Amino acid sequence: MSMSPALVAVGISKSFRAVQALDDVSIELHHGRVTALLGDNGAGKSTLVKCLAGIYQPDAGRFLIEGTEHRINSSRHARELGIETVHQALSVIDPLDVAENLFLNREHTRGGWAGAHIGLLDKRRMREECTATLSDLDIRIPSLRRSVGSLSGGQRQAVAIGRAVAWGQRIVLLDEPAAALGVEQTQRVLDLIANMRDQGVAVLLITHNMDRVLAVCDQAVVLYQGRKCAEVDVPDVTKDDLVSFITGARGTG
Amino acid sequence: MTRRSIHKQASTGLPSPVEAWIDRYRHDGGLRQFVVYFAFALILATFSIILHDDGFLSSSNLLNIGRQAAPIAVMAVGMAFALAAGEIDLSVGSVVALSSLVAAEMVGNHGFLIGVLAALGASVLVGVVNGLITVKVRIPSFLVTLGMLGIISGIARNWNDLQSLPIRNDRFSGLFGAGGLGPVSSLLIWIIVVGGLGHIALHHLRWGRHVLSTGANRDAANAVGINTARVKISALVASATAAGFAGILLAGRLSIGRHDLGEDYLLTVIAAVVIGGTNLFGGRASIVGAVTGALIMAMLNNGLILMGLEVADQLIARGVIIILAVALSMREAKES
Repeated sequence: MSMSPALVAVGISKSFRAVQALDDVSIELHHGRVTALLGDNGAGKSTLVKCLAGIYQPDAGRFLIEGTEHRINSSRHARELGIETVHQALSVIDPLDVAENLFLNREHTRGGWAGAHIGLLDKRRMREECTATLSDLDIRIPSLRRSVGSLSGGQRQAVAIGRAVAWGQRIVLLDEPAAALGVEQTQRVLDLIANMRDQGVAVLLITHNMDRVLAVCDQAVVLYQGRKCAEVDVPDVTKDDLVSFITGARGTG
Repeated sequence: MTRRSIHKQASTGLPSPVEAWIDRYRHDGGLRQFVVYFAFALILATFSIILHDDGFLSSSNLLNIGRQAAPIAVMAVGMAFALAAGEIDLSVGSVVALSSLVAAEMVGNHGFLIGVLAALGASVLVGVVNGLITVKVRIPSFLVTLGMLGIISGIARNWNDLQSLPIRNDRFSGLFGAGGLGPVSSLLIWIIVVGGLGHIALHHLRWGRHVLSTGANRDAANAVGINTARVKISALVASATAAGFAGILLAGRLSIGRHDLGEDYLLTVIAAVVIGGTNLFGGRASIVGAVTGALIMAMLNNGLILMGLEVADQLIARGVIIILAVALSMREAKES
């Protein structure tokens, strides 16, 4: 790939009082690639994701987004920079329908006075674009008019992920997206991640599940006690290799 | 357009609009979302039979029910927004009185238009204060508005030493209660206008969707960049403004402003909204349901009076109905 990486984080450190949560961690996310972020509980995965999502400000280190250096001041700022986080706790609005969720806070309004001044919604246009986005990602939802609260966990997760893509976000951080899902629904979310990758999105996947890493990830970054202990191309390693990195038994430097 | 969208949806494997509606109906609560309309029909039918000889179904009595329902219905529309946003407004009854007094004072001294604008302006101000204290000082709205209820009631009592202020303005009385279009009372027209505006605002304006999102899942709403603090303030302003307009309707019908107008409306309004399918704890609201709930409450009131119940018994009956309605609403919330 000749284009610059979607996101480069260099030398990120973050401590909370006496605890050094992240120590000089660097990571690169590329367009069209899925990167796994691995590590045991407390290894610093969540802290790193929150730094990338603008929720925490690192004590040291810098970010390059599409080759340009930026500070990530807030979660809103992260979103403006093209970084979307899909959290473990579902971030969809149950009583709204699928299209309304997909367009929440960036709704299309009708033309003219009513659209500009009182926010009269153009629901048809939103449903049409929603249909297009979902079919691009091969997400199948029974009805766009159905409230999201009545969908299955996998479908709701798919809507949350679809929203990130619909907003044109080029960098998507997924925090255990399949944690609460059944086997078939998990497979659909993995398919969805692959579809995102094929559309050129840079994906960071945080997970504890090695099978998911092997199934869908191109590279893996492993954290151990706040430091990066391994960075590997997934096809080059086995499940046992990954586990030994996570437990700190082994490292690639 | 219809054909195109069917084609479009068929090509992506999605069902046709009709199937989509049936699907939505099945999965979004089924028959339960229509409970309020069945209840309305059931109560109407019951009273029609047992109160047949007391003239329940006479056109003058039905018109009377509609007139009595009007201020409740208007307040219920506003309250539905406050509840949808996850807040509650207990000050609405006092705002009715304040608005009627401001209207009476200003219509007399400065004419129709200034009177109406002043009454609504005072109500908006109450809503803004309620909202700002709730959001900025982080006090639950039921406490803020309970305090405000006391403050505004006190102001209303002091306004004219508990005396009513007469309104002698034919335009005001005609537009807000006494008059109408032919046989249709202006109050019925106002129910439809306010209910219609509320329904459009909830379902077809960006603001309405943000109100619902804020009440359903504030963290998620914040995460997509919705200013939920401002949304909550605006919902409390909507509630106060609707109460102020209800005060104008009462002032118009009675041609007075008085400190005790709307005093005992609070429970009736909340009952109407909750029976109508709005969740007491945010995230679900129905404007048409709230208006229907107001009609039910007015019908019950009227029927219980025709049945010869004392005021004390009416209070008991209304209390029982409110608790039942809230119990039903909470059961739904748990199930979903």
